[in-house]
Amino acid sequence: MTPTLPRPSRPSATGLLLITAGLALNLLISLAMARASHGWLPVQASSAAPHVDGLFALETGIGTFIFLGCLSVVIWTLLFNRAPRYDLVDGDPIEGNTRLEITWTVLPFVLVMLIAAHTIRVNHTLATLGGKERVAENGAAPALTSSDRAAGTTFGPIEVIARQWSWEFVYPNGVRSTELHLPLERRADLRLTSMDVLHSFYVPAFRLKQDIVPGSVIRYALTPTRDGRYRLRDAMFSGGYFATNQTDVVVQDPDDFDAWLAAAARQPLVEAPNLAMDLHRRRLAEGDHGWATVPPAPPPRVNVTTAVDAPHEA
Amino acid sequence: MTGSLPFDPRVLRAPHPVPGAPDNWKRFFGFNTDAKVIGIQYMVVSLFFLLVGGLLAMIMRGELITPPSDLVDPTVYNGLYTMHGTVMLFLFLFPILNGFNNLLIPPMIGAPDMAFPRLNAAAFWLVPVFGVLLMASFIVPGGPSSSGWWAYPPVSTQNPLGHLINGQFLWILAVAISGVSSIMGAINFTTTILRMRAPGMTFFRMPIFCWTAAAAQTIQLIGLPSLTGGAIMLLFDLSFGTSFFKPEGGGDPMLYQHFFWFYSHPAVYVMVLPVFGIFSELLPVYARKPLFGYKVVALASFGITFLGLIVWVHHMFYSGTPQWMRNLFMVTTMLIAVPTGIKVFAWLGTLWRGKLRLTTPMMFCLGGIVNFIFAGITGVMLATVPIDIHVGNTYFVVGHFHYVIFCTITFGVFAAIYHWFPKFTGRMFYEPLGQLHFWLTFIGSALNFLPMHWAGLMGMPRRVASYDPEFALSNVLASLGAFLLGVAIIPFLLNMVSSWARGPRAPANPWNAIGLEWLLPSPPPAENFEHDVPTVIAAPYGYGLGKPLVADQDRFIARSEEV
Repeated sequence: MTPTLPRPSRPSATGLLLITAGLALNLLISLAMARASHGWLPVQASSAAPHVDGLFALETGIGTFIFLGCLSVVIWTLLFNRAPRYDLVDGDPIEGNTRLEITWTVLPFVLVMLIAAHTIRVNHTLATLGGKERVAENGAAPALTSSDRAAGTTFGPIEVIARQWSWEFVYPNGVRSTELHLPLERRADLRLTSMDVLHSFYVPAFRLKQDIVPGSVIRYALTPTRDGRYRLRDAMFSGGYFATNQTDVVVQDPDDFDAWLAAAARQPLVEAPNLAMDLHRRRLAEGDHGWATVPPAPPPRVNVTTAVDAPHEA
Repeated sequence: MTGSLPFDPRVLRAPHPVPGAPDNWKRFFGFNTDAKVIGIQYMVVSLFFLLVGGLLAMIMRGELITPPSDLVDPTVYNGLYTMHGTVMLFLFLFPILNGFNNLLIPPMIGAPDMAFPRLNAAAFWLVPVFGVLLMASFIVPGGPSSSGWWAYPPVSTQNPLGHLINGQFLWILAVAISGVSSIMGAINFTTTILRMRAPGMTFFRMPIFCWTAAAAQTIQLIGLPSLTGGAIMLLFDLSFGTSFFKPEGGGDPMLYQHFFWFYSHPAVYVMVLPVFGIFSELLPVYARKPLFGYKVVALASFGITFLGLIVWVHHMFYSGTPQWMRNLFMVTTMLIAVPTGIKVFAWLGTLWRGKLRLTTPMMFCLGGIVNFIFAGITGVMLATVPIDIHVGNTYFVVGHFHYVIFCTITFGVFAAIYHWFPKFTGRMFYEPLGQLHFWLTFIGSALNFLPMHWAGLMGMPRRVASYDPEFALSNVLASLGAFLLGVAIIPFLLNMVSSWARGPRAPANPWNAIGLEWLLPSPPPAENFEHDVPTVIAAPYGYGLGKPLVADQDRFIARSEEV
């Protein structure tokens, strides 16, 4: 009901200075957050990890800038635009501003397209590091692609067999294990298969995840870049004892790896200990309370079982 | 004036089965075709199921407060998280938003009732039907569905006990019935919005809530047949030996994921769009300013509808999707940031230089908007293929979508409940309890869902009943937050029940708001404006402009206050 107050058509010098200072501060905090974001992630143990972390840092930085920018507008209005008690007067009837509206449509559009273009480039790089290819026929060995042959340092293929609820790894020389050993700095060629339901091959330290689909063999390659022991987790819900379907990846110096593989070949096959099996047996012993589940598949017979309680880094 | 009505006058002459509102409480317990009765039926049923879903969540968080699986059996945990998701989506969020559609659409556009009152009532009564079906699955042998709310085969078709009637069977049946109910509702809501607006109410004079409701219900009409078809095929695979999704019979489990996400991703927009509408309705009232960029905000709703229908493959980035498809769906997913960005900036523009009144509904709006900006940023991260390959299916995703579904959508739902409570109950609520509810909810939700992002970044998979000890801190915080949210609902329920029973009488327009619904008495009579529908002469949200919304406005104001 009040006449619109005449407003200055452009902000005052103090206002401009304040906005510039605010933006500079926001920029500094965003840069600090981008840098800090590396600390929220596990150690980098594959050639893919730095690329993923780089993208995450970039988006953390941009995201922080936008979030703080919007938040400061909200806080500013909360501090300075609150109606005093019993003040029933309406605010300025600003219905819009075409130039501003075009700006905040075009700017986000350009920004996300730039992020997308950059990500597509990174995707391309990552594909050369570890391409994925679904093979239709169950069990048939897919032909090596030219890139496989070009990479002379490729090790494999290692068969990765997922079950409810165990992991089994079969190396080219026939060694079987329930923890995955990989040689450092060599491209490992994996063939992922599932014997029952969907599983997912997920190693957080590698920043890699690939669903394993029953009925297909999925070719997968990755290059470990840091030695150590990391967790391998099933990331696609696979039924009753899904949470127990975890094991370790051990990345070793190639010489150590070869020695391990040779020693493993001399080990007899034993039934691997299996947490899901233990839990299920205990449940049956206690009167089979709880809701229905399929019983765990018989644990694989392997040369090398998972080292229990060995500390993992990520 | 009757002659100028754009809708069929027979609607007005349709008999109302239980007259006597507002004193006749029995009308809430039967097959009533009054949209306002149906709206309250939806609200009460869905708030009951909010408590059920919340209870399931608190048992889950009790399990997860320690790394080993020690509170319930892992199979029970799987059933709990499946039912938590299902109850919250299909029995809390969808029904409560349909409740708002019922309460708000007819008064906002000046219609006496919905276009299809009987269809509308039938759509509501399917909700208790599938609610009972879903709850019954707790007592069938083998327990409820335990394959997650995605019900991905082959896990969902394993049927360990081999019974025909099992939890998964009842779950699929319930979801299919829910889909039928939603389609019936969608036909009714879109027809009502298209055909029954008051004279003079052109599309660009329609409140944003109606725009977003139309945009959301369009998604229901396009997407739901896909989910329902997928669910029926899953039911046949589970119970009748077909192999649509079984690899050993020539089927493909990936096919189900496409059927499922073609609807279930846009379903998020079905839920969030009306909440965008709620924010756009409430901010002008409590900032005392017109909605900034009304037309663009209205059109952006349909931008979200369109884009929302072509992003579903981003749920399958790590499922063996070819690279070109991942790139394509990454681009479409990121584009969603543009129309949602338009809305967020428009809300900020509405706040700017306003006269803010920090009532409970306004606090929930502001909290919801800030949370939504955060959720949008983690959303763009998840759209980025390499990041999604790392954090997909981890607690990062759980944190992200709870920031959308709880910290944005449910905040908007609470804001709307408080805002329109006086209008539809005729009573004022108790403001200090509302503020307490807001602060407990805001702190509880941040404590609950923020630490989940760190657990996910470090590699904690979602849906686990036990986890490695390095994730303990995040989970302890999340569990404390969850219990705080359980406490936060107490002042809300107390406030709603006691205020409805004996709160002070509400005037017709307690917030001094502009809109057709505020030109009606509180609570409005059964057929709103009946024969005397006002003619709309201005765009909505004319705060500070000093122009009337409808012709002869003073007469309508006087009439709304004389009851």
